[in-house]
Amino acid sequence: MTETTVDTKPGGAAKAASPGDYIALMKPRVMTLVVFTGVAGLVAAPAVMHPLMAVLAVFALAVGAGAAGALNMAYDSDIDAVMKRTRRRPVPLGLIPRSEAWTFGGVFALGAVLLMALASNYVAAGLLAFSIFFYAVIYTMWLKRSTPQNIVIGGAAGAFPPMIGWAAATGEITLDSVLLFLIIFLWTPPHSWALALYKSGDYSAAGVPMMPVAKGAKSTRRQIMGYTVLYLAATAGPLFTGLGGLAYAGAVALGGAIFFGLAVRVLMSRAGDANAAEDELYAVRAGDKAARDLFAYSIAHLSLLFAALIAEHGLGAHMAVPGL
Amino acid sequence: MTDPEDRRPDAPAPLTPEQESARKRRNVWIFWALIGFIVLIFVTTVVRLTGNIATGGA
Repeated sequence: MTETTVDTKPGGAAKAASPGDYIALMKPRVMTLVVFTGVAGLVAAPAVMHPLMAVLAVFALAVGAGAAGALNMAYDSDIDAVMKRTRRRPVPLGLIPRSEAWTFGGVFALGAVLLMALASNYVAAGLLAFSIFFYAVIYTMWLKRSTPQNIVIGGAAGAFPPMIGWAAATGEITLDSVLLFLIIFLWTPPHSWALALYKSGDYSAAGVPMMPVAKGAKSTRRQIMGYTVLYLAATAGPLFTGLGGLAYAGAVALGGAIFFGLAVRVLMSRAGDANAAEDELYAVRAGDKAARDLFAYSIAHLSLLFAALIAEHGLGAHMAVPGL
Repeated sequence: MTDPEDRRPDAPAPLTPEQESARKRRNVWIFWALIGFIVLIFVTTVVRLTGNIATGGA
C-alpha cells in the first residue's frame, strides 16, 4: 500500500498551512495598492471596456501581483527569516515549503497573464508579464541584494499597474500612462527609504544593502528630499496633458505641500541615526518619527492622487484646470 | 500498511492526521480553483466573441 508522506526536505512544511497563509503569500496589502492604481489607469483611459472584461482585467492584475509576491517570498525566505518585519511570513515560518511557493507563484503568474490577454489585449498582458518578471527576477533576485539603488530601479515593477490598466482599456502606451508610471516610480524611493531609515537595523542584519545601510542615514535623508522634488514635479504632469482636472490639482497642490513639508522635516531630523527600537513596525524612537510620518503619509498622498483621477474620470467629476 | 521499520532510510516521514486532512482540503481548493479558471476562460471567450460578432469582427 502506498503511504501518504510529508515533505521533510530542508524548507519543507512542518505544520499544515491554512488558506490564510496562501493569501498572505500573495502580499495582500501590496495587492490592494496595485489594484487601486490599476483601476485608476483603467478608469482614466479614454476608452470604455466591457464591464465584465474590465473586472476580469483587474482580477488578472491582482492575481499577477500576488504571483509576483509569492515568487518574491519563495526567493527571499532566507532573509525574511532574519528580519523582524518579515519573519512571520508563511515560508520562513515553515508553513509553506519554498518549492510550493515557487510553483504557486509560477502557476498564478501564467494564469494571470493568460487571463489578461483574453480579457483585454496582448499589450496589457505583455506589460503584466514583464512587470512580474521585473519584480521577481530583476528586483528580487538581482538588485535587492546587490545595490543600494535596488528600490529605485526595482520600483519600476510597482509602477506598472496604472499603465497596465490603461493598456487594458486602450491597447496602447501613451504619454498619460507613462506619466502615471513615472509618478509611482519617483514616489517609491522616498516612500521606501523613509521606512528603511527607521528599520535599517533589520536590513543590515539580513545583509540587504538598503540606502541607509550602504550610504548612511544622512545621505539617505538628502536623497529622499531630491526624489521628493522629482516626484512632486511628476505629479503635476497630468495637469498639463489634461488628464488631471481641478480635484487632481487640489491633491497635487495641498497634498504635495504636506509631502514636501514632511520630507523637509526628515531632512532636518536625525532619522535613521540611531535604531535601537525596532521591535515593532511602528515603535520608533522620537528621532525617527519624522521618517515614520513621511512613510505613512506617502501612502495617503499617492492614494489621494489616484482617487482624484478615479473620481474625475469614473464619476464624471472632471473639470479642466483654468489656464492649462 | 508498510511497517515503519521497513521504510527506506531516505523515505519521507508519514503524514500526521492533521497534515493529511490539510492536504485533502488543499486538493479541494485546487480543484475548485481550476474549475473557476476554466469557467473564467469560457465566459471571457464567449463575451469577446459575442462582442466581435456584433461589431462585424472589427
